[in-house]
Amino acid sequence: MLDSVIFYFFAGIAVVSAALMVTRRNAIHSAIFLITTLLATAGIFLQLRAEFLFISQIILYVGGIMVLFIFVIMLVRLDVPLPQIRSRTQKWIALLVALAVGLEAGVVIWLARKVPGQGLLIPNAAPADKLQPNTEELAKALFGTYLLPFEIASVLLLVAMVGAVVMAKKRTDA
Amino acid sequence: MPIGHYLFLSLALFLIGAIGVITRRNVIIVLMSIELILNAVNINLVAFSRYFGDVAGQVFALFIIADAAAEAAVGLGIIIAFFRNRETVLADEMDLLKW
Repeated sequence: MLDSVIFYFFAGIAVVSAALMVTRRNAIHSAIFLITTLLATAGIFLQLRAEFLFISQIILYVGGIMVLFIFVIMLVRLDVPLPQIRSRTQKWIALLVALAVGLEAGVVIWLARKVPGQGLLIPNAAPADKLQPNTEELAKALFGTYLLPFEIASVLLLVAMVGAVVMAKKRTDA
Repeated sequence: MPIGHYLFLSLALFLIGAIGVITRRNVIIVLMSIELILNAVNINLVAFSRYFGDVAGQVFALFIIADAAAEAAVGLGIIIAFFRNRETVLADEMDLLKW
């Protein structure tokens, strides 16, 4: 009972502020609504007993990535009063496509509840104590089974860091 | 909580992000919508991780967060470089390669 109250609370915040983020004209407002969405998602992670992801979502997304976004929005001059939606027809096409994809995926999820034994809408969660010391389990998996992907991710981050510096660097002669 | 609820939440966030990518002119907001899409995927992964009692989904979600950070850094670097050259961040004015 309490579980579903927490879920609906955070899910409502996430969806409403995501919708606001896509529709606000001012880029800073969009960024702040995206931060609200990310925080609500972090709450859903906590409700799913993923403590480490909860805290890394807040530190990495809200504390790192979104600060970067807000820096760039501040650096780039955006106070020109231009219409933010590209065109009327494009908006309707986007809504139509989103509706079609949403209907399709929704019908699939809805039908999947009838799959015998492993339906998606029946509450057959693994016992709550199976994932209990979460950060410990995560570390074991990350540095054991998934060591190679972990190292590849570190190479990816290095490449992205060098790439970002090269991109944003001022060309002295070109 | 049945897992279908998480899937529908993730679907909703994904679609809102997709609408943002298609309709917005400001490239920075397009990038933010992509972050929203990645985040929607993470909800799916963590929900399945909880429901199968397997930590692999959470590890994958961590990789996706790292990926999103890399994408944001490079993407914003490109936007800064482009703004320095063309004084705009609007998607329909980025037509250098169009003919």
